[in-house]
Amino acid sequence: MTGRLGMVVAGSLTEGVQIRLDVGISTETIKVGTFVSIQGGKFRFFGQVTGVALETADMSLRGVPPDVSNPFIEQVISGTTAYGMITVEPMLVIADSDDPATVLDGPQPAKTIPPHFAQVSIATENDIEIVFGEEDEEHFYIGTPLDMETRLALNIPELVTRSNGVFGKSGTGKTFLARLLLIGILQKSNAVNLVFDMHGEYGWKGSSEGTGREVKGLKQLFSSRVAVFTLDEESSRRRGLAPDYVVRIGYQEIEPEDIQILRETLNLSDVAADAVYSLHRHFGRNWLQDFLSHKGREGVRDLADSIGVNSTALSSLHNRLSRLERLPFIEGSGHDSLNQILRYLERGMHVVLEFGRYGNDLASYILVANLLTRRIHDRYMQMSEQASGDPNRQPRPLVITIEEAHKFLTPSVADQTIFGTIAREDRKYNVTLMVVDQRPSGIDEEVMSQLGTKITCLLDSERDVDSVLTGRSGSRKLRDVLSRLESKQQALAFGHALPMPVVIRTRNYGSLESYKELGFRDDADSLSDITKARDDLFGPP
Amino acid sequence: MSELIAGRIGEIVEATTAAFTARCHELYVAPALGTLVRAGGNNPVLGIVAEVRTQSLDPSRRPIAMGVDEETEEAVYEHNPQLNRLLSTEFQAIVVGYESESGLKRHLSPFPPRIHSFVYECGRDRLREFSSSYEFLPSLLNSPIGPQDELIAAFLRYSSLTQEDAQAYLVGAGKALAPLLIGQIQRLNNILIRLIS
Repeated sequence: MTGRLGMVVAGSLTEGVQIRLDVGISTETIKVGTFVSIQGGKFRFFGQVTGVALETADMSLRGVPPDVSNPFIEQVISGTTAYGMITVEPMLVIADSDDPATVLDGPQPAKTIPPHFAQVSIATENDIEIVFGEEDEEHFYIGTPLDMETRLALNIPELVTRSNGVFGKSGTGKTFLARLLLIGILQKSNAVNLVFDMHGEYGWKGSSEGTGREVKGLKQLFSSRVAVFTLDEESSRRRGLAPDYVVRIGYQEIEPEDIQILRETLNLSDVAADAVYSLHRHFGRNWLQDFLSHKGREGVRDLADSIGVNSTALSSLHNRLSRLERLPFIEGSGHDSLNQILRYLERGMHVVLEFGRYGNDLASYILVANLLTRRIHDRYMQMSEQASGDPNRQPRPLVITIEEAHKFLTPSVADQTIFGTIAREDRKYNVTLMVVDQRPSGIDEEVMSQLGTKITCLLDSERDVDSVLTGRSGSRKLRDVLSRLESKQQALAFGHALPMPVVIRTRNYGSLESYKELGFRDDADSLSDITKARDDLFGPP
Repeated sequence: MSELIAGRIGEIVEATTAAFTARCHELYVAPALGTLVRAGGNNPVLGIVAEVRTQSLDPSRRPIAMGVDEETEEAVYEHNPQLNRLLSTEFQAIVVGYESESGLKRHLSPFPPRIHSFVYECGRDRLREFSSSYEFLPSLLNSPIGPQDELIAAFLRYSSLTQEDAQAYLVGAGKALAPLLIGQIQRLNNILIRLIS
């Protein structure tokens, strides 16, 4: 459907403008969320339908309806005495005949409303492109607006300047969405990804929950630009994959802060958790290994006495931490995993760290993600400071993707973990987060409010919805939109990288065409490339 | 010119800016209700026939019943030829526009037509041109003469026959009437029923 819908007849900036539908435009054809453009005298407004209503010019029509069994009479009355109204919220001014800034800087937020009788039409493909940007070197096609075929593109360099969130209850397509965003970052910006891949969904292949079908991961599509690291070499081998690097963590690399963040996961009391600092003071860098080498209740009690902490607390700490000993990826000292990751990142390689079977062990995930991130962040901080003032020497922007974030960005620990710090300090050091989570209400409110762009699939719980929309103006309307999302392939996106909130039908992912559209070249393509290259060199055979 | 004489139907005997009365040249030979007529010389006025009336020429003498001994109505007139002189048919038309040098106008002429101006029935082309816009509807709705709703229905029925798509024309007319009749939904309903019956 295209063309004119009607004209502005009433409205306000706070409540939106009322549009009387033209004769012949049925309310059935207009859905809430449809994009429209309104041509005012001086500006062109871009807005979204927020309400649809039936009106009559003649109140007696309600009590004494005309004889609509006669099609002629029905035809005459509908659209004239009985008509449709829509409410549109003008969101942006997309063109101003007098102000070149709207042309140069793009759409500006609407601070006024169009005049009476301004013409309203369905937004054209061109309007959408003006507002959201065309698919180009910086804009990544993420999906289509509802009921439209127009490609909606996301400004990726803008996206990665802030931390972002992808939310949705399980099975709504969060992972697919996150995977698309990762590809977007890979293709359309100079940022690099570091993905803490809990369930092995991003690296080599993922799975589609609905069909159980396998879909390609980043490595399969962009093998030259993606490195898969693993914590669990055995699991990788079992799947017939050769990881680029097997990550090992030395005991000395684990610091008291890394244990603090595990407080809830390991169910440590405050006293026990604080004892970690005493141990660190006592033993120095190799505190964990030294502490765990104290075997037996006696040994621990003696230690408690000598460093002056409660012996019960220390022995429960000993119990809990001894499970770390059983994790095969924690061993010895002097590993180079961190530098290896950094080297890849500096070269512009995207790193996916697969957890293999340790993905199911939350403590491992949190420990490793936190430990590596903290060090990477430190390094980025140093690099940023060294490069201060020289934009050319700034480190390459890094986006760290974490899953199940509500487990370690809870209000109680958010201010202690590195992730809380990164979310808060924004792009100062060129490190940002992409939080993929199903229970946003579990995430610290401050962290949530710092997320620049949020893309959320369907959420059921009121608290989760509240938390996603925290601090967002017009959240009442968004809440309605969010609750009406379909449970698959639909998401509400809003925030920093988008000029206005939008509901999208996520782009397809998983078919050969979808891969090719993303730039994937299969064997046949490669063969024809080779043939072409050979012919170019030696002439056709 | 001969065509005009052929279409001549009467002569104005009373005129105001908003309406005029014409006496038919022949008894009972009057234009139908809702006919578009034109009258006057240089800037002819266009009117729509709103009422047709036949009565005694002398208002003080009412016709009396004469057919007691006659077999048929025609016989009454045959045996009383003076009736054609004693009775006359008149019609009243409301002014809906006029023709000027710059074209057809759909509002009142600045001056009424002169007395004794000849009145002609407009041809199909003129009717189509005039009725192609619904601007005339308000004047018909407020006609001071005759049954307004019947008048509108009659005129629209005639004019629809000159349009390419009569049904679409009538729907358009109905849609143009609807806003004029806000608060009078039953009246609108009545007119619409008359349009299609």
